[in-house]
Amino acid sequence: MAKELWKGNEAIAEAAIRAGCRCYFGYPITPQSEIPEYMSLHMPEAGGVFLQSESEIAAINMVYGASGAGARVMTSSSSPGISLKQEGISYMCGAELPGVIVNVMRGGPGLGTIQPAQGDYYQATRGGGNGDYRLIVFAPANIQEVVDLMQEAFELADKYRMPVMMLLDGMIGQMMEPVEWKRPALSPEDLPAKPWATTGTKGERRPNIINSLFINPDACNDHNRHLEEKYQRVIENEQRYEINDADEAEVLFVAYGTPARLARAAARLLGEEGIKAGVFRPITVWPYPYEALHEAASKESVRAVVTVEMSTGQMVDDVRIGVNGIKPVSFVGQAGGVIPTPREVADAARKALGR
Amino acid sequence: MAIVYQKTKGLTDAETHYCPGCTHGIIHKLVAESLEELGVLEKTVGIAPVGCSVFAYDYFNCDMLEAAHGRAPAVATGVKRVLPDHVVFTYQGDGDLAAIGTAEIVHAAMRGEKITTIFVNNAIYGMTGGQMAPTTLVGQRATTAPLGRDRNHAGSPIRMAEILATLDGAAYIERVTVISPSHIMKAKRAIKKAFELQMEGRGFTMIEVLSSCPTNWGLTPVNALNWLNENMIPVFPLGVFKDVTKEEV
Repeated sequence: MAKELWKGNEAIAEAAIRAGCRCYFGYPITPQSEIPEYMSLHMPEAGGVFLQSESEIAAINMVYGASGAGARVMTSSSSPGISLKQEGISYMCGAELPGVIVNVMRGGPGLGTIQPAQGDYYQATRGGGNGDYRLIVFAPANIQEVVDLMQEAFELADKYRMPVMMLLDGMIGQMMEPVEWKRPALSPEDLPAKPWATTGTKGERRPNIINSLFINPDACNDHNRHLEEKYQRVIENEQRYEINDADEAEVLFVAYGTPARLARAAARLLGEEGIKAGVFRPITVWPYPYEALHEAASKESVRAVVTVEMSTGQMVDDVRIGVNGIKPVSFVGQAGGVIPTPREVADAARKALGR
Repeated sequence: MAIVYQKTKGLTDAETHYCPGCTHGIIHKLVAESLEELGVLEKTVGIAPVGCSVFAYDYFNCDMLEAAHGRAPAVATGVKRVLPDHVVFTYQGDGDLAAIGTAEIVHAAMRGEKITTIFVNNAIYGMTGGQMAPTTLVGQRATTAPLGRDRNHAGSPIRMAEILATLDGAAYIERVTVISPSHIMKAKRAIKKAFELQMEGRGFTMIEVLSSCPTNWGLTPVNALNWLNENMIPVFPLGVFKDVTKEEV
């Protein structure tokens, strides 16, 4: 199929509709407003529901209701708005409701800036809401990957009955790239049944209840154990990552999203000087591919691991867990909407190698 | 022998956790009977709040979702937009609806969401132990207003029925109470009418029910009903505040 030029935010909206999503609730915020704008026109055309909510809090709770009613549903926002959704995300995890949440990250904390950043890594991977819960978090690095992962995001959400987050930096939301629509579009009729959904008993079954309240401590503990077993299955089965040019690499960059592309540019600069550099790119940042990273870092040629982020250093914690002391781990990054240059990243690698 | 009365199929056999003398039980029964009489229990989805009626999902004999505090109208919106042919209701207290969930209820009414809200107003936070609510009367004591609600400090009670009736999206808004058999019959008629108008797709409907809380008011059940009659009704007058079917005449 021919390639088409798509803006990231519009591509992710179109990819959701092609994944059989027929329900979108959201609130405007830069730099992701093209998603609700696109949905407001194209979701009704597809026979679905678009609703602009009064707040991010209302939007995520509308997602909770629509998901409870059995719909394939999503919302999107950017960093401050995602903070407001944390209550609903925690409730969705507790009540085991599927749904896709897109975060097109901007600089923070607080209002921060509208420029691209990656300061929400802790919030996405450690849980910004209350309680013991996890999200599957995809971190695509280009618009083709955004589109390719969207259907999988909905499928995993339904399979595990948990929310899935698409964690993009604002760069990917705002830029345009060629896209090929590889997977056939799904219609809601193609999707698996949800016998647990609250769709009215129709006189055919006992009432279904969607709930995150377990007032008895033993029951609440049991529920947490049940969730933990599910998260372990996700850890075992759903880690995604990519390794580029890591053979004989002296330095191993670790980066996700836009910084992974900067790291590859830096690797090319280093290559011109005869320094071999590889890039390890987690595609899921939860579950984090710790073992794969450990294996890549344990190669004899690797003398330094350099983490690149558009933050003051958050994923670097996971890199240290994965590398587990077998090689030195350092960090290079910029926060608040400033994007590190390939030259800065290459300099950090040279420094790590002691050159 | 002829059966002259039996428990509605709209309630489960679960024993409720409500305190002796609390009127939640009566209100549950009126909602459940209305749904049964309209023949829609099998296509009804209810939303339970956070507060005293948090366990309502165990009592209503239909599909139920438990919502976060104050968010029931947003959850109901999500359900109704996916299942437009179903009957969707929220059951909320005054802390849930008139404090933390004010934005959600106002905007659900503004959009004319075709849902029914049962708003149980007992002028206090019951589940958490008698704290001041936005509907607490001036001078009424609460555990966070030990000397009584002070107008200069905490303002005056909020009248949600009157506020929501100003919105074009509201189809039917009535305030009722359940302090006597005649009031209970009126309340039942109001609740049933709200569901009927929802099913006709007329817009947002809300029945505010003035309810007693003997435990946190520190009164016997009978004295609590008398206190409600003497003190709450003057501040929260009973009546119909919005009725689209009357506007058309």
